[in-house]
Amino acid sequence: MKRHRTGFIEKTINGLTIAFDQAAQTEALSAKPGLLQSLDPRVRVVGTLGLIIAAATSRSLSVLTSVFILSVVLALVSHLTFGLLARRVWIGAILVTGAVAVPALFITPGQAVAVVPGLNWHISAQGIGSALFLIVRVLTSATLAVTLVLVTPWTHVLKALRALYVPTLMVVILGMTYRYIFLLLESARDMFESRRSRTVGYLAPVDERRMATASAGVLLTKSFQLSSDVFLAMQSRGWRGEVYVLDEFKMTTRDWLALGAYLMVAAGLVWWGR
Amino acid sequence: MNNRPLVNGTNAANTNDDGSGVIVFDAQDVTYSYPGEVVALDHLSMRVRRGERVAILGANGSGKSTLLRIFDGLYFAQSGRMEVFGSPLSEVALEDEAFAFNFRRRVALVFQNPDVQLFNPTVFDEVAFGPLQMRWAKTDVRAKVTAALELLNITHLKDRSPHRLSGGEKKRVALASVLVLDPDVLLLDEPTAALDPKSQSQVIDFLVGWGGGAKTVITATHDLASVEDIADMCYVFQAGKVVAGGRPGQILNDEQMLMDSNLIHAHRHAHGPGQVHSHTHLHRHEQHQHASVAGAPMAGAPMADMREEPEVS
Repeated sequence: MKRHRTGFIEKTINGLTIAFDQAAQTEALSAKPGLLQSLDPRVRVVGTLGLIIAAATSRSLSVLTSVFILSVVLALVSHLTFGLLARRVWIGAILVTGAVAVPALFITPGQAVAVVPGLNWHISAQGIGSALFLIVRVLTSATLAVTLVLVTPWTHVLKALRALYVPTLMVVILGMTYRYIFLLLESARDMFESRRSRTVGYLAPVDERRMATASAGVLLTKSFQLSSDVFLAMQSRGWRGEVYVLDEFKMTTRDWLALGAYLMVAAGLVWWGR
Repeated sequence: MNNRPLVNGTNAANTNDDGSGVIVFDAQDVTYSYPGEVVALDHLSMRVRRGERVAILGANGSGKSTLLRIFDGLYFAQSGRMEVFGSPLSEVALEDEAFAFNFRRRVALVFQNPDVQLFNPTVFDEVAFGPLQMRWAKTDVRAKVTAALELLNITHLKDRSPHRLSGGEKKRVALASVLVLDPDVLLLDEPTAALDPKSQSQVIDFLVGWGGGAKTVITATHDLASVEDIADMCYVFQAGKVVAGGRPGQILNDEQMLMDSNLIHAHRHAHGPGQVHSHTHLHRHEQHQHASVAGAPMAGAPMADMREEPEVS
């Protein structure tokens, strides 16, 4: 049986569809009645940041592993699943970090514990330790960050950042970037679907590359036009270069307790892992 | 005002000066070209008075949107004179903070494409954007936003992301985002474009009632079916010039002028099995069967409820 070959257009449309599906999935997850979802978004952001700092500063593999286990537990009690974490975080993180960490196995000086057959490359115990450190640290930080984004609507993340005195301009830029990425994704999907409807058979790789370049150019032009129109729309409603926002969160006793617990755990882990 | 043709680029619209009413916009001999020497407005003159409901009719590329942007102080006339409320409207004038705040509060533009107008994370934030720029107190902002959401019947959308809404919902949010400032002048660029018939009808019904005659509403459109509902005065644009002006009834009766302006065209109709032919037609009131005239909202009444499922992306 002849194997179906997926062309550039199909791959791009599939990729764009997955991006939309993931965004929709995030909205659904953030509405579930999990532990993190029940906390004030500012507590989630501060707590996540505290645990990421603990992971980043730790010199102890056991502390790192503890933070990782804690991050997984927090994700699970917030209605995320192992499968979702593996797909959205772990597989990618291990592949990317693994590629970076592999050389450390061979170039870190120390006691040789194994040799690569045929190449006579020595793997050191210290090299394995360094690689593990890197991988677990990245896995932990990525799990915490992705969990935060999956259980918190992006709008709340931005408001929480604003409430935590992240410069308003930066928060507005982040918000608009997120919003207009979707618009451009929709535009890109329409463009590729339109091309597919007029394409018969498969394109040669050189034609696919040419089309990809042309599509990128068209999207860039569209994004320039869009940014110009958005600027006019902002001006029309009184924008004069300053940003003013409404912050509407309210902290409950439970939120304060959760914030205290987060900070105590993070401080304890930093101290334990120093 | 009579429907008179242009003479040497001076249009009939500027003859609409009987000395009554406060002039809101006074454009005299205004010219505007886009880069590449594409002339959008060609020595255009036009006056709009307070409380007038004006329709600017024209095919795509006739200069309607450009004029609205000039009225909104986003583009500036490259030659000629442009005044708003008796003061010059220019880049220099808008650098003055007091003038700019007053102008932005009193004149509001609803863009044709709501996607360019909706750039905030939630509907509530979107509607609050204008009042916050006016530096109103936050308690006032919340109260005004709540009232605007109720007026447009979109309170249930307040925590939603604007980009996840349907076309009709986006248009309502765009309207709420400018009506929250209670502007004296509302500029609408193709308000019913890309809306389904139900949403079109609800937007038109709302605009008919909004302001109770005290507000100035200028609508750029090529939708002739709604003109009699939304306007007391029409100007027809062609290649950046006003080619005709008058009451909606006068304008809609001049089929040849509408044909010349690409606002109507002959198209095929099936009137029965095997009876297909081409002819022009207008979607006029007298051509419609009315079961009842009830249903139009009172001035300032909330928009009809229009709970919709968001468009599936």
